[in-house]
Amino acid sequence: MDLILVNLIDGLVTGLLLFMLSAGLTLIFSMMGVLNFAHASFYMLGAYFAYQISIALGFWMGLLIAPLIVGVLGAGVERYGLRRVHQYGHVPELIFTFGLALLIEELVQFIWGKNQMPYDVPDILNFTAFAISGNSIPAYKIFMIFISVGIFIGLLYVLTKTRVGMIIQAALSYPRTVEALGHNVPLIFMGVFGVGTALAGVAGVIAGPVLGTFPGMAFVLGSIVFVTIVIGGLGSLWGALVASLLIGWITTFAKSYNIEMENVLNAIGIATPENLDDNIFRDFWSLTSPQIADILPYILMVLILIFRPAGLFGKRTS
Amino acid sequence: MKNITKLGAVSALSLIIGASAAFAENIKVAFIDPLSGPFASTGTNGLHQFEFAADYMVNANGGLLDGQQMEVIGFDNKISPKESLIQLQVAIDQGVRFIVQGNSSGVANALTEAIDKHNRRNPDSRVLFLNYAAVDPALTNDKCNFWHFRFDANADIKMDALTDVMAADENLKKVYIIGQDYSFGKAVAAAAVDMLGAKRPDVEIVGNELHPIGKVKDFTPYSRKIVASGADAVITGNWGADMLGIGKSIIENGFEGPIYTYYAAGSGITAAFGESGKGRIRLVSQGDINPIGSDEARELYKAFKAKYPDGNIDQSRIFNTIGMLSEAITQAGTADDVVAIASKLEGMEYDSMWGGKLFMRPQDHQIIQNMNVGVHTDENVEFDYDNSGFGVVTESTVEMASMDAPTTCEMKRP
Repeated sequence: MDLILVNLIDGLVTGLLLFMLSAGLTLIFSMMGVLNFAHASFYMLGAYFAYQISIALGFWMGLLIAPLIVGVLGAGVERYGLRRVHQYGHVPELIFTFGLALLIEELVQFIWGKNQMPYDVPDILNFTAFAISGNSIPAYKIFMIFISVGIFIGLLYVLTKTRVGMIIQAALSYPRTVEALGHNVPLIFMGVFGVGTALAGVAGVIAGPVLGTFPGMAFVLGSIVFVTIVIGGLGSLWGALVASLLIGWITTFAKSYNIEMENVLNAIGIATPENLDDNIFRDFWSLTSPQIADILPYILMVLILIFRPAGLFGKRTS
Repeated sequence: MKNITKLGAVSALSLIIGASAAFAENIKVAFIDPLSGPFASTGTNGLHQFEFAADYMVNANGGLLDGQQMEVIGFDNKISPKESLIQLQVAIDQGVRFIVQGNSSGVANALTEAIDKHNRRNPDSRVLFLNYAAVDPALTNDKCNFWHFRFDANADIKMDALTDVMAADENLKKVYIIGQDYSFGKAVAAAAVDMLGAKRPDVEIVGNELHPIGKVKDFTPYSRKIVASGADAVITGNWGADMLGIGKSIIENGFEGPIYTYYAAGSGITAAFGESGKGRIRLVSQGDINPIGSDEARELYKAFKAKYPDGNIDQSRIFNTIGMLSEAITQAGTADDVVAIASKLEGMEYDSMWGGKLFMRPQDHQIIQNMNVGVHTDENVEFDYDNSGFGVVTESTVEMASMDAPTTCEMKRP
């Protein structure tokens, strides 16, 4: 039972990491209507840049500089790539970002090779913060939690309490009116894209040492980020947070406990068929929760799409 | 202007034809393994070792037969059995006679079946399957065929050597087994349960679990279970990113016992473990790296490092594969008649530069060799991995491991 608390913390870390990725993606989507397939690639770039910088200047400079570089790169992509493609409609935009994702992966392999990079947790954070009945919680995980929560609060403050945030929100729904009032809407778009990709960069910087810095890291996380923003509701920051935490906890708990399908079915009143070995549903009956943990978010997404197509916190738009 | 274009086109065309004519004499070896995706680093490092082995051991010494060069061509199978069969067909169409593959027994099972079928139907373009790392025991038992040769010890042989070491550990009471969810992971788990049960019936197996291969982002929940189970030792057959993921995660989350593995070295894994895995990660493999098997091997390793400063020779069996293949080709006097070459490979005895003798058992085409259990450390390391200062030092050796192990193979020879 002590494990519950440990799993809550582990799930929180996973969820918050996911949130930093999906926050940027959902912001970009709500603003520009662009589903950025290359978003996870910026996450990967963040990790690689931070690794490179950490060799010369140490981890902390990496944490500071790498997201800035990623953000500037992202803004550049919007200014010189997406904006030009935008006039041809949404499909070319999708194809553009998709191509960009492939390009970034190839570039990373070209520059750093295919091996995993020895990008490690900094020594100052490389200790056990505390232990719950033998399960140690690394200090780095606590650090990850603080960074992500800090970013969430910062984002929320900027978006709801500041003038910039108000203009961004206005540009979201009525770009023409905002433009007529004398605001530079393309600049706002570029800024949002830059900040969104920089957030992905931060996620990469702090996830690189724990989840591994290798060319496949964008691919591994790419699809789950989309699932998160669909569950949370496209364009909703709160939705992204809730969905990320939900996914983090669901997958963590499903993997930590060997819940067997047989027990679940028996509990809801379906008796185990005799001669299970001959039964056509044998594989279904013998499923355990760790086996299906990674597809649970997808099942959740399908359910959400059926019962609440706008997502948990989404406002339905035509 | 038009004429110049034509001239250019014609000369370019003739160059291509000339070039392909020159290549026609080459002995082609198709390397079908993942060169992209999560296991790209394992595959790419394997390809480099094969290319280097062919150049250094064959081509630099004047080639084979009447000076034929050996050429290794990489095919990316994305670790998918379906994709591998497509690449196999492409390779055969290019006139390849020798297929090498190793990463994933799932792929190897598909390939060996397809090659058996192909060879029966197309006697003119038969190919040999030289398996350098896929260790599912079935490949040299129920699913064996004349065209398949395995240059790596199978999962049972490796587990036999590992459990010998484990059985000697008096303090061992509880063991946790975790692996990738496919034929190989299941074979490792089954072998571990059997052999530990026979050698140390008092040891309790507190966990036996499979996870999806190449899909787990974060191994933390798995390591929590391992720590909570109170295990003294962990056995895993994981490789590539999955090995690194599980290893780092269980160490970070407070596991303190030894980790017994098959593949926890090279391809960035050694560097990533570094100090945290010192003296705790043990792995079973063939070939002596630290201390090195021979001066010849030392020369070769240095030449390899000169060409690939970031590379490792973490699969010395690749050099055995190329060495034994060249010897069989030389003995058979042909590079096209694969039946003759296979007949020479059967029962071949070969002195490996990595130490010890190799014997290709004729009844099942399983190589028999010395098995080493080594430890991840930075002491007495002449050749480190990943330029990290850490390497694998041999601790114990089983000579000609499992020489008399039974096989269910019923070899049908053409």
